[in-house]
Amino acid sequence: MQAIEVENLTKQFNGVTAVDHISFTVKIGELFGLLGPNGAGKTTTIRMLTGILKSTVGSAHIGEYDIQKNPLEAKQMMGIVPEMANAYIDLSAIGNLLLIGELYGIQRKERVEKAENLLKLFGLYEKRHHKVRTFSKGMKQRIIVAMGLMNDPQLLFLDEPTSGLDVESVRLIRKLIREFNDKGTTIVLTTHNIEEANQLCDRVAIMNYGKIVAIDRPEKLKRAIQSTTSVEVAFVKRVMPGEFTFEGVSEVKKVGNKLRLYTEKPGEIIPMLVKYSQSSGNKIISLNTLEPNLEDVFLKLTRRGEK
Amino acid sequence: MNIFDQFKRSWAITKKDLSIFYLKGPVVISGLLMPSFLFFAFVLGRKFSPGFLIPGLLGMALFVTVSSIGPVIAPWETRMRTFERLISAPIALWAIILGDIIASLLFGLFITLFIVLVSIVLLGTEIISLALIVGTILAAFCFSSLGLLISAPATDNPSNIMMLSSLIKFPLIFISGIFVPIGEMGSWKIISYISPLTYYTDLARFSVGGTNYFNPAVSLLVLLGFGILFFFFAVKWHQKSLDKRF
Repeated sequence: MQAIEVENLTKQFNGVTAVDHISFTVKIGELFGLLGPNGAGKTTTIRMLTGILKSTVGSAHIGEYDIQKNPLEAKQMMGIVPEMANAYIDLSAIGNLLLIGELYGIQRKERVEKAENLLKLFGLYEKRHHKVRTFSKGMKQRIIVAMGLMNDPQLLFLDEPTSGLDVESVRLIRKLIREFNDKGTTIVLTTHNIEEANQLCDRVAIMNYGKIVAIDRPEKLKRAIQSTTSVEVAFVKRVMPGEFTFEGVSEVKKVGNKLRLYTEKPGEIIPMLVKYSQSSGNKIISLNTLEPNLEDVFLKLTRRGEK
Repeated sequence: MNIFDQFKRSWAITKKDLSIFYLKGPVVISGLLMPSFLFFAFVLGRKFSPGFLIPGLLGMALFVTVSSIGPVIAPWETRMRTFERLISAPIALWAIILGDIIASLLFGLFITLFIVLVSIVLLGTEIISLALIVGTILAAFCFSSLGLLISAPATDNPSNIMMLSSLIKFPLIFISGIFVPIGEMGSWKIISYISPLTYYTDLARFSVGGTNYFNPAVSLLVLLGFGILFFFFAVKWHQKSLDKRF
């Protein structure tokens, strides 16, 4: 059995297709990332998987439960941290957690205990009786993540959990994501932050125009686009990209005071750069080979206009 | 997941609503003042007996208070995105709506009880009867369900729903025998039959002065019927508009 099994899932709003026949599975215990530009269909996908929206076509199973046919049983297994903070601002921090505990059917004694433990874990225990209205953005996001964990979910959906937060809150949330995943919680993480997905996720799916355009481990995806390996070089004197039309270089970009030469064969390009330096008397200050990163994969696969 | 579990979760919604929307000083005070002002603005300077006045005030107070806050909860929660939070939790939509209904029912009963007590103390009117107690609870359920039905359109703007609510509520107040007894409405009385408030006001008149137009049992049954009907359509229409909320 898989944690999530999605088949042919589609969502249309007034004839506009937001999610277009996607299929994928998430294994139990996996940390799965959903990447994509704005409007790619990530949040709509999450909303269908969490039973907030009904799919137009297709099915999604959460564990053994079909989210359309057995929504309450499926929802009981999951925790949700939505993109926009949605705690009750006129309830206290502990009031929000206790409400969620009650909605998940947790007994009173246990829910008080869990709420207090989570407040301690997220550094909010001292402010547990303060209304969420008075919290900073980082504190609000922490309480939202704590609400998502209140029912000890087997499956946790995190939609942009660190978006726009201060460094301290980002670090805390990332650390906790990793810890909960290590304890066996399956996590689906939606993010714009490619570095975050690269650091945290076991596998990522890249969405564009409502479709999944790639799905694999980050390392494999990076390897699949070797052409984005590049050589970064800086010279003492100013140079122009047009001077480096070497064979095997697909593109030359100016990045600050450096030039980045994209090539599949960096080993052949480096001697050419050294030769250029010697013949022109323009000394090399720095020279690096850069492997493709997930951002390159993302940009290559989601380049708009190349649908 | 059994139904008893869902009722328990419904109660969590009720407690949340009471805490966030109802148990606030200004809300309670305006809940007491608004129906009283409306009522006295109409009756002051005219000669009415307590047997006519008190039932009218009761009907007005219950109807206005029960259906005042309930309709704006859904658009407010849609705007704050907490509605999304509730929908993603393992609680059925009918249980969420029932929780909202019970919160507004309890608020209305509290305000009505206050008016009853003031009436007893100031006017010495004996108005407590079993029919009135059962009728008040049924009417509160009915008016509250109507409020939730009004809030079904998918909007995140509470003022849109307030406007819709006023458009429906105020005409009902004038056709329900509060200001003019049904028996004196002539051929217009047929319109009063479509308003659940008519049956509650008549039931209150029966309890206070023993003057009634409908049989009290009929009034109770009609209130129950309206309540079930409004609840059913509230759930159905909220379900239908759910996709447009997010």
